[in-house]
Amino acid sequence: MQMIAIEFNLNGILVKAEVNPGVRLIDFLRDEYGLTGTKEGCGIGECGACTIILDGKAVNSCLILACQIDGKEILTIEGLANSGELHRLQENFLKKGAVQCGFCTPGMIISAYSLLLLNPNPAEQEIREAIAGNLCRCTGYKQIISAIEESIVVNIEND
Amino acid sequence: MPQKIVKSKIIFEGEIVETIGEVSTEEYERWGANENLKVVGKPVSRIDGYDKVSGSAVYTFDKILQRMVYARTLRSPLPHAKIKRIDISKALKVNGILDVITFQNTEDIDWYWNSSKLFDPHLRYQGDEIACAAAETAELAEQALKLIEVDYDELPFAVNTKKALESDPEKLTGFKKPDLFTYDRGDFSKGISESDESVEDTFTTPVVIHNPTEVHCSTVAWDGGKLTVWDSTQAIFSVRNAVADSLKININDVRVIKKYMGGGFGSKLEAGKYTVMAALLARRLGRPVKIYLDRREMNLAVGNRPDSHQTLKVWGKRDGTITAMSYKSFGAVGAYPQGAAANWPFRTMYKCPNIKVEDQNVFINAGRARAFRAPGHVQGVFALDSIIDDFAYKIGMDPIDLRLKNYAEVDQVFNVPYTSKLLKEAYSAGAQAINWDLRNKIPGSGNGVIKRGIGMASQIWWGGGGPPAHAMLKLERGGYLTVISGTQDIGTGTYTILAQVAAEILEIPMEKIEVILGDTGVGPYAPSSGGSQTIASVAPAVRDASEKMKSKLISAAAAIMEIPEDKIKYNNGEIESIEDPAKKLSIADILKELREESLLMNGSREANPDGYTTNSFGAQFADVSVDTETGKITVNKIAAAHDIGRPMNQKTLENQFHGGILQGLSYALMEERVIDESTGQVVNLNMHDYKIPTVKDVPKIEIIIVSKSDDLVNNVGAKGIGEPAIIPTAGAIANAVYNAIGVRIKSLPITPDKVLNAIYKFN
Ligand code: FES
Ligand code: FES
Repeated sequence: MQMIAIEFNLNGILVKAEVNPGVRLIDFLRDEYGLTGTKEGCGIGECGACTIILDGKAVNSCLILACQIDGKEILTIEGLANSGELHRLQENFLKKGAVQCGFCTPGMIISAYSLLLLNPNPAEQEIREAIAGNLCRCTGYKQIISAIEESIVVNIEND
Repeated sequence: MPQKIVKSKIIFEGEIVETIGEVSTEEYERWGANENLKVVGKPVSRIDGYDKVSGSAVYTFDKILQRMVYARTLRSPLPHAKIKRIDISKALKVNGILDVITFQNTEDIDWYWNSSKLFDPHLRYQGDEIACAAAETAELAEQALKLIEVDYDELPFAVNTKKALESDPEKLTGFKKPDLFTYDRGDFSKGISESDESVEDTFTTPVVIHNPTEVHCSTVAWDGGKLTVWDSTQAIFSVRNAVADSLKININDVRVIKKYMGGGFGSKLEAGKYTVMAALLARRLGRPVKIYLDRREMNLAVGNRPDSHQTLKVWGKRDGTITAMSYKSFGAVGAYPQGAAANWPFRTMYKCPNIKVEDQNVFINAGRARAFRAPGHVQGVFALDSIIDDFAYKIGMDPIDLRLKNYAEVDQVFNVPYTSKLLKEAYSAGAQAINWDLRNKIPGSGNGVIKRGIGMASQIWWGGGGPPAHAMLKLERGGYLTVISGTQDIGTGTYTILAQVAAEILEIPMEKIEVILGDTGVGPYAPSSGGSQTIASVAPAVRDASEKMKSKLISAAAAIMEIPEDKIKYNNGEIESIEDPAKKLSIADILKELREESLLMNGSREANPDGYTTNSFGAQFADVSVDTETGKITVNKIAAAHDIGRPMNQKTLENQFHGGILQGLSYALMEERVIDESTGQVVNLNMHDYKIPTVKDVPKIEIIIVSKSDDLVNNVGAKGIGEPAIIPTAGAIANAVYNAIGVRIKSLPITPDKVLNAIYKFN
């Protein structure tokens, strides 16, 4: 099979790779880079466990091919913490008890991160909207909403 | 050392289990209320939280090994058939496809309590395992499955429980009709003759699917004759035993590890065929194998909450005294032996001297049932609390007053007292939180298109835990502590709570405590994580080990400081002379002096108290609005008041209750496995068609814990909380809907079409 050469920014680092055109982005990230924080819950765009940021927007990495990210910027859950220091959202998920089994957590945090990027001061309704595609079977969502609310400050990009 | 081997009784997922096991005979002073404690009961953050929020937690699904290959499973497309011919040769010709196993090229391995085989050519449901293929990638393995040729002899089937009950069961599965379960108490006809009124109705509940977010999966690797299994499981020891038995190898040649898992809710309480298939492939290939199910398979083949068709009748006096009750139910266990009974709450929840129970398990050609968060009770309470409300309204009594009138002071099946029961307190706290007085005194009497209603239901569950359950402590240089036990944290917070218990006793800061669970090669035995028994079983073992470690530290300090032990006290993690507090040693000092790198201590769960039974209790109250034009139900609020003994960690407790209530809400209103009766095919096999709740379905929830501690149940006073949370939700919502519209919907889930039909028929 003809491999495709791509170049992209992965969690702040420019990388080059050769990818098989049929490989999904989620597998590429997990298998090639060991970034297993991006989870697979369904593989068909229904659960949000695989959410990553692609050029500033939250997307399901199970629905994208690796070869489509040429020239783009990718942020995964592993890229959110800064030299071991958790991002405010991660801190608040911990503090507010928004984590149970934790399998939905990376996708949930990434969706919330994308929301705050686009809308630094969301109302509760907007928070619910933003994570409506992220399924959690454990927590009942309440603590997740409060963790996101707690993370609201205007100017998140200055973090 | 005060340890003893004793006979003990525990109730696990509704089964009474007699155990003989080693217990601690040490009696410890009870802790009193949480206000007296420093760490236990506090809203401590999860100690595994960093791993989970940073994305660094490695779940079984994330386990990647060198030279690992992928395995996928071919499943029966038909609800009932026999394999006439199977040919794997085409699959094996493709580059990258490494192996395919079927019943033809593997040894016979018994499964489902010897009723079937790992690969059984007799396929009894859509989803039954036919073959398993290993390849360099998962996609190639899936391609292999498509290249396997199978010819089938199609056989008659039934996927409708009622129809299956009326057919010859041996024609459907080859199994005999399961025995009818019966239970009688008192003098039934006398009970009837004493009554003034009666109510009778039939309630049905759907099959629902666990759907944890992490799919079932294992990664397995052989090292010589030793097998390591990483499995997403609630029961590492059960998996170890099943795998060793299946492969006919020694138990200590199998090591099962589960560090993090993405939920289970009962579906991961038993070993899966997939793990054994992966082990066989790995042995044949000499390479590690990762096997997983996809979401479609999750909805077909790893269990469900069985359906129920419950007919209940209640007789009683006009003053509310219930004099007799009868219960007749049947439910589908699926295509292989399992239980579907839902009659436990009926037998024990409300006081009634004269009762009659008949419960029939039915085989159908669909996925087998499995324990699902409070098996039986969720179905049972919905029906029971619906009929109890009907009786209350019939005699014009407040539904809570009726429940109080028939309050069971003792367990009616075993005729023994409870270690604690604060259900009355739960009724009054919940009633206040929901504004009980605002309910419609006459159901359906509200005005307008949107009608509001309030309803409630009671909860009973076990969850007192019991022996055997052990823990080990390792205290190391610098005063660092490791707690080790063979239980597992399935996401509920076990890691954190066990650390809290050790921190409480030894007064070591939480940051210095590490907890290792989920490894049969390391931890002493502790039970599987089901039945809400983990904390009630294992936390007391950790307390036992910690108290003994404390004594050991005191005796070490005595030797070092040359002071008699009774002149020494343990104070804030330091050991000091009572007479001269300046003379003291830290734990780190002691370890240094002893020239030991580690101090070890074992601890065990004590026996359950004789002459008692342990149950948790509670009541949930629902406030709903029903749109009588569209049939849409909005749950405005759930108030949950529970007696669960000591709350061990306020944060993880809130998670458990919110999550359980939301699962109960979606059981009441949304979830249902649907099978096309003419083809036997499940039609909702993904999460788009099989709805689990999203953040938009969340109502306002108020949690009230009415208990402080159950001092009889165990040395930490805790009863389990995972299952109580879900038990009464559907019953409370159903009663609230009835209170709103004045017509009873007797079948879950209560979807808008059922609401409209009921209203239309009634008018
Ligand atoms: S795995 Fe991508 S949405 Fe579920
Ligand atoms: S915490 Fe388990 S799925 Fe969300």
